[in-house]
Amino acid sequence: MNYDKFLNPRITSVPPSGIRRFFDLAATMKDTISLGVGEPDFKTPYHIRNAAVDSIMDGETQYTANRGLPELRSEISLYLSGRYGVSYDPDNQILVTIGASEAIDLALRSLCSPGDEVLVPEPSYVSYSPGVIFAGGNPVGVETLEKDDFRLTAEKLEKAVTPRTKALILPYPNNPTGAVMEKRDLEAVADVIRKHDLFVISDEIYSELIYDGHSHVSFASLEDMYDRTLTINGFSKAFAMTGWRVGYACGPAEIISVMNKIHQYAIMCAPRQGQVAAAAALRMGRENGYEEVLRMRDSYDRRRRLMVDAFRSMGLHCFEPYGAFYAFPSIRSSGMTSEEFCARLLREKNVAAVPGTAFGPGGEGNIRCCYATALDKLSTALERIAAFVKENT
Amino acid sequence: MTKLEMDLLDLLKEDCRLPLEKLAVMTGASLEEVAATIENLENRRVILRYSPMINWDLTDRERVEAMIEVRVTPQRDMGFDAIARRIYCFDEVKSVFLMSGSYDLLVLVEARTLKELAAFVSGKLSPLETVTGTATSFVLKRYKEEGVIFDSGESDRRLVISP
Repeated sequence: MNYDKFLNPRITSVPPSGIRRFFDLAATMKDTISLGVGEPDFKTPYHIRNAAVDSIMDGETQYTANRGLPELRSEISLYLSGRYGVSYDPDNQILVTIGASEAIDLALRSLCSPGDEVLVPEPSYVSYSPGVIFAGGNPVGVETLEKDDFRLTAEKLEKAVTPRTKALILPYPNNPTGAVMEKRDLEAVADVIRKHDLFVISDEIYSELIYDGHSHVSFASLEDMYDRTLTINGFSKAFAMTGWRVGYACGPAEIISVMNKIHQYAIMCAPRQGQVAAAAALRMGRENGYEEVLRMRDSYDRRRRLMVDAFRSMGLHCFEPYGAFYAFPSIRSSGMTSEEFCARLLREKNVAAVPGTAFGPGGEGNIRCCYATALDKLSTALERIAAFVKENT
Repeated sequence: MTKLEMDLLDLLKEDCRLPLEKLAVMTGASLEEVAATIENLENRRVILRYSPMINWDLTDRERVEAMIEVRVTPQRDMGFDAIARRIYCFDEVKSVFLMSGSYDLLVLVEARTLKELAAFVSGKLSPLETVTGTATSFVLKRYKEEGVIFDSGESDRRLVISP
């Protein structure tokens, strides 16, 4: 039966994720060392897991408020004001979602009217552009270049703005490049936003994973930007809580209220135990100075240095990533495309990495390698990549 | 302790075979700095030994271990140190701790057979004049030591590729 007449062409027109295709290939291999993951190699800290266990045993099995447990919203408010200097009212400015992913989806659906353009820096996380299309808008890629440290520049942004432009997705620290934006870079972006009266969806999910003296600046903390920014964050990366699926959006009460309208009809609420665990994570973090987060970050940082140094020793050009947990080396010297490089690396050396093209056309010539992997495995993987590069240059 | 010292201890605790070059890269210090810092840690006896963690159950070596709670009479001017020294000098003794609580010293003993171990307790440990009582518990199974779970059967549960 032909289902085309039943299916929505707006959805079917979006090509399947490049990551998915590569996953299918990798899944057929045995004993692969994967640098293709997008999550921490730590388990959620014990006390956080235990908070959820206690909650289950206490019989806390009911829905929560649509916007999320009041206790969690208070903790989020304290966290963002204490850590990044942005204040949100727990009553009407914070919405707890199923991962930061739902928050992005809700934001796009709340903002996009048919034909609206949303600017998406590239390379970046795979969901943004499809999300814009699903919401009825048109994604417009804004290239970021290695010579600019993969930062979004005001010039490139300015060039991409049209009368239909409504919003900008600002994904820093960046997946897959590991780029971070300094305050002055953000201020230059803010000037363009102000000038063209745009709205910003700032995806700050990697805000805690930032290295070597750099520090995270929340876009909403810049002058005039608070009222035109939605701050999105979550627990997956900083607290190693990917499988719990808890994130949040904070912003102007009017925007959060519209997002909550979709959320309450479509989702009802994020799972209660995830919210309980998330509240425990923030409460304990506040009390012990985010000890676990910093311990994990230190561990990533050592492996980050090791990986970047290894790529450079192989003769691959590797941009210094100061955020997230990815390196994004250039494989142009091999003469292969990113896809070809990754497919052959997987088949010949049993190491999985993600072709840069999965993150937009600007990713051609690079591959994404995650360094959140046990040190011995990481070392072996890097040795294998070195052998592969040697055989192919 | 400096940040570099703590970083090096963290890394060496996990894998003491990490070459100096890797330690330097991972800590962001120079090779010379790392070598000097480690030597200094050794000289200050912060690092005492580099030894592997062995799961003896997977080897052919016969071996019994016991934890012995020892009650002693502390000696004037010496406290517990003198008797502790008498005990830790025995080759069979792997570890000795001074404890708070209902007994004084916890002694970890290793021997090839049960008989040998019994002989140690009755022939060497109990006869010491300041020892007033012992309670011996044999180790039946090791689950976790120094943060390492024996036979955890755990593998990486993450998806091979994720966005």
